[in-house]
Amino acid sequence: MTAAAPVVIEARELSRTYQLGRGPFRKTAEVKALVGASFVLERGHTLAVVGESGCGKSTLARVVTMIETPTAGSLVVDGMDVTAAHGESARVLRLAVQIVFQDPYGSLNPRQRVGQILEEPLVINTDQNAETRRAAAIEMLTRVGLRPEHYDRYPHMFSGGQRQRIAIARALMTRPKVLVLDEPVSALDVSIQAQVLNILTELQSEFGLAYLFISHDLSVVRHMADEVLVMYLGRPVEHATRDDIFAEPLHPYSRALLSATPVADPTARKERIRLKGELPSPLAPPPGCAFHPRCPFANERCRREVPALRIEGSPLAVACHGVREGRIPS
Amino acid sequence: MTDIESTRPATAPAVFARPSPLREFWRYFSENRGAVAGLAIFVLLLVIAAAAPLVAPHAPNEQFRDALLTPPVWQEGGDWRFLLGTDPIGRDMLSRLIFGARYSLFIGFVVVSIALIGGISLGLLAGFFGGIVDTVIMRVMDIVLAFPSLLLALVLVAILGPGLVNAMIAIALVLQPHYVRLTRAAVMNERGRDYVTSARVAGAGKLRLMFVTILPNCMAPLIVQSALSFSNAILEAAALGFLGMGAQPPTPEWGTMLAESREFILRAWWVVTFPGLAILITVLAINVMGDGLRDALDPKLKRS
Repeated sequence: MTAAAPVVIEARELSRTYQLGRGPFRKTAEVKALVGASFVLERGHTLAVVGESGCGKSTLARVVTMIETPTAGSLVVDGMDVTAAHGESARVLRLAVQIVFQDPYGSLNPRQRVGQILEEPLVINTDQNAETRRAAAIEMLTRVGLRPEHYDRYPHMFSGGQRQRIAIARALMTRPKVLVLDEPVSALDVSIQAQVLNILTELQSEFGLAYLFISHDLSVVRHMADEVLVMYLGRPVEHATRDDIFAEPLHPYSRALLSATPVADPTARKERIRLKGELPSPLAPPPGCAFHPRCPFANERCRREVPALRIEGSPLAVACHGVREGRIPS
Repeated sequence: MTDIESTRPATAPAVFARPSPLREFWRYFSENRGAVAGLAIFVLLLVIAAAAPLVAPHAPNEQFRDALLTPPVWQEGGDWRFLLGTDPIGRDMLSRLIFGARYSLFIGFVVVSIALIGGISLGLLAGFFGGIVDTVIMRVMDIVLAFPSLLLALVLVAILGPGLVNAMIAIALVLQPHYVRLTRAAVMNERGRDYVTSARVAGAGKLRLMFVTILPNCMAPLIVQSALSFSNAILEAAALGFLGMGAQPPTPEWGTMLAESREFILRAWWVVTFPGLAILITVLAINVMGDGLRDALDPKLKRS
């Protein structure tokens, strides 16, 4: 981590628990969708969050975008505590974090023209006149590689990649500091993915954006991320720089995950680690380390004690007893 | 790559010609011939209703004592003064039908407006907030739905007192739950969509989310329902009139006209048939038009 860039998001032990009503005669169940996520996001940097479906990636995205309030922990955006902000300051904070969704077909209002979609944040939050808004919308359209005449069209007239660019343009209209990208390219063709990712990279350096990049596609993550946070069943299990984690993943789950990425080098010796079993139900997570039922190195301690992501006196951020004890072969 | 062109720098200035919304609407609407026919009949009815005193050959309540139950002109014994014949007390059928169009259309508009405004408000509240608000509103609507509609309207009119205005209020209340349910279902469907979330992230308030973001996406079923219940309202008003609880004689309302003349159904078919035909044609035209309206207003069916 470089200390030079200003911190735009600081999350500490963010958690989000949902209460599930299961009818009048049963106790409400608790789903711990997100437990103890801590990270720091700096201006111009990208933090990728990876993990299989149901691991809490999207919940993290929703908490950071302030769509959901965290049930525990603190979230500091641009120097202001989100949980303490009310009224005007909450509104300003909200604008600092914008989101791009996975499905470009559902994220644009089908009844609005592209121009209206892009101008809506300005209509709500500024008192610019129609001319200024229009100019801003058209400028943003060209920035994301669309043409001014698209201003008057409806979303359904565009392809998936173009729609995703419109969604990106909309998210940038309020000049946010952070963009949460919730699997922004996984619904797109591979050729279109590259276009959209390049636009994202350009925009990042142009506006100095911080990205919280949520993905399950590790080759995309490798291309985009500065740091990677691996999650499993709502908990972060490993947090490292991109180069470190792709060179040498420590947590057994990270290893399995990374070994599933195809490598474009036929001579590279490839050992695919296959995980046994299924992702446990978040309604009844296993005691101790949530990964222990599927972990080949699990021992008695793993079954009893929840491992911490960070421990004092160690630079590593990995939630694994085995790694800490050095009993996992590298 | 699919859109090489789009990476070019923009050269076009920020002024684009776009067909006016009305012309665009017409382009799509006119593709549906049935809808255009429906619209034509509907407009014709509107014109006739508006210009009734000019179009009608006689006053609606003028009695011609010398011409009771005169058959239509093309039948033996017909009279050129009375194109569609006369009723048992010598009033010109055509004139009465023309003036009756005023009542029927008025009933349709008023009933649909009341039901639509109330239904959209309640449905939006129920669908958007959910929980206890939803439960309260929907259980009340279920109670209304539990009664047969005509019976409930009858009871309401009986309480409010017979008359056209009370009949319209009663019908609007009876039609209400359909609008509430439709709106609620559509709102619940749209509420969880990503575009609603992103509007919220952009800072949209609850009212804006409800009326600007969500409501326009729920309009398609509501437009069809409006058109259908426009005709329903006319029918129910006619039924109430037929039962003596709607417009009171001598108002030339079509249902009331039917009721007055049912005893002559075997002797003088025209007295019963023409009001019935008027109702049928109006209802049919509006239904067909409603379908076309829905298609034309749905941007998903538009091409660039």
